[in-house]
Amino acid sequence: MKDYIYYPGCSLKGNSKHYEESILPVFRELGLPLEELEDWNCCGATAYFSMDDLMATAICGRNLSLAENKKKNIIAPCAGCYLTLKKANKVLQGNSEKAKKINQALEKAGCPYHGSIEVKHPLEVLIEDIGLERIKDRVKYRLKGLKVACYYGCQLVRPFTDFDDPDYPTKLDQLMETIGAQPVPYSAKTRCCGGSLTGTIEEVGKRLNFILLKEAKRRGADVIVTLCPLCQFNLEILQDKMARDYGEDVTMPILYFSQLMGLAFGLAKEDLGFRRSIINLDPLWQKLTNGGIQ
Amino acid sequence: MDIQRHVKYEEELDKSFLEEIKVASGAEDIDRCIQCGTCSSSCPMSVYMDSPPRKIIAMVKNGFKEEALKSFTIWLCSSCYTCQVRCPAKIEITEVMYALKRKAIEEKVYPSNFPIPVLDREMSNLIKKYGRNSELWLILRLYLKSKNPLGLLKMAPLGLKLMKTGRMSLKKEAIKNRNQLKKLLEYLKEEA
Repeated sequence: MKDYIYYPGCSLKGNSKHYEESILPVFRELGLPLEELEDWNCCGATAYFSMDDLMATAICGRNLSLAENKKKNIIAPCAGCYLTLKKANKVLQGNSEKAKKINQALEKAGCPYHGSIEVKHPLEVLIEDIGLERIKDRVKYRLKGLKVACYYGCQLVRPFTDFDDPDYPTKLDQLMETIGAQPVPYSAKTRCCGGSLTGTIEEVGKRLNFILLKEAKRRGADVIVTLCPLCQFNLEILQDKMARDYGEDVTMPILYFSQLMGLAFGLAKEDLGFRRSIINLDPLWQKLTNGGIQ
Repeated sequence: MDIQRHVKYEEELDKSFLEEIKVASGAEDIDRCIQCGTCSSSCPMSVYMDSPPRKIIAMVKNGFKEEALKSFTIWLCSSCYTCQVRCPAKIEITEVMYALKRKAIEEKVYPSNFPIPVLDREMSNLIKKYGRNSELWLILRLYLKSKNPLGLLKMAPLGLKLMKTGRMSLKKEAIKNRNQLKKLLEYLKEEA
């Protein structure tokens, strides 16, 4: 198996601490402890790429160079970081004028990059490197009866990924099945959450996320499972306003897949960041204790 | 009744615009667009757009520079890449939208306190200076610079919830080797 180094990105150190708090113990349990890339910088996100493509690609190059120094591939849990680093990697591994310019600047700044790194999302590593069989062996408590809507969002499955379908991916559903949960058919699974629009034009963000929550409710899901900090945040924060403004209660816990994996592995729920949910999780605990966890 | 013309004649169009956007976006195939509308019908934002993506591509293809750059559409694109993966002509539409945003910022043809480019600018500034984003500081600067103190006030209840769950910090995040980042960006600037 290839060695990985962990690139948290700004969100996992900020509002999505519970993603980090659950992904690290889960990977440790699976015998793949994740060491953090030292002195990593922000990937630039959609914001920097909207301002300056050359600079944004270059700062990603610095991260790739740091990982290359360690001779390890990057594992990036944030779908935004994942896409951005992958996009920059593709440019820098090529021979365009842009690539030459950036690679020269990287070298002069003392962080040369030679294009040897791969960027992976933890879901990809779980499915392709570790494998569902090994994950199944680790499961202590099957999350029986827990209905989950698997939400993939955009940037993991589009446009660079080839490990799953860009419109109707199923790998997260398979993972949830493996730990005993029951994925519901969820046609909105790759419909956009609006990204940073929730912070800039709230009305648009609110409506987009309402559509996602409403569909999950309609399908009978108890929770939505996410794999991206921005999706998790967007789906969670406007739920009270939706009930008020659209006259329909769509309240639902929004969890990371790694939090549910941790539960299934028998890790203490106090250590998996559940206390960071701003949605009341009591219905979830009731569901899991009433003949749920087995 | 005044009759006004809303569409430009050929001699009024910017003939170099297509080439400019091709270079800036890397989307070589823009002129292969067959105007099928798959992008517009796939776009989750098109209900909010003044011109859906299909029309923006037509504008770029035909030199309607002003119209494309002043459109709200380019700011509403959230980079979900749905249009791009579905485009039968394989046009990198999301990259075209990015290139248009950059051009609009460069030519300053957007309302100065419109929050989307303000967010892009403020976040870029944080990254350039500190190497990392600090969510609270970004939000503060966003509302300050887009002159929307009321919006900040409305955020207070959410801010409290995030504080209570330990998801918001006052700390300004920064990398150790800020000097390297600074150098890197300076070298690039010199070459550009």
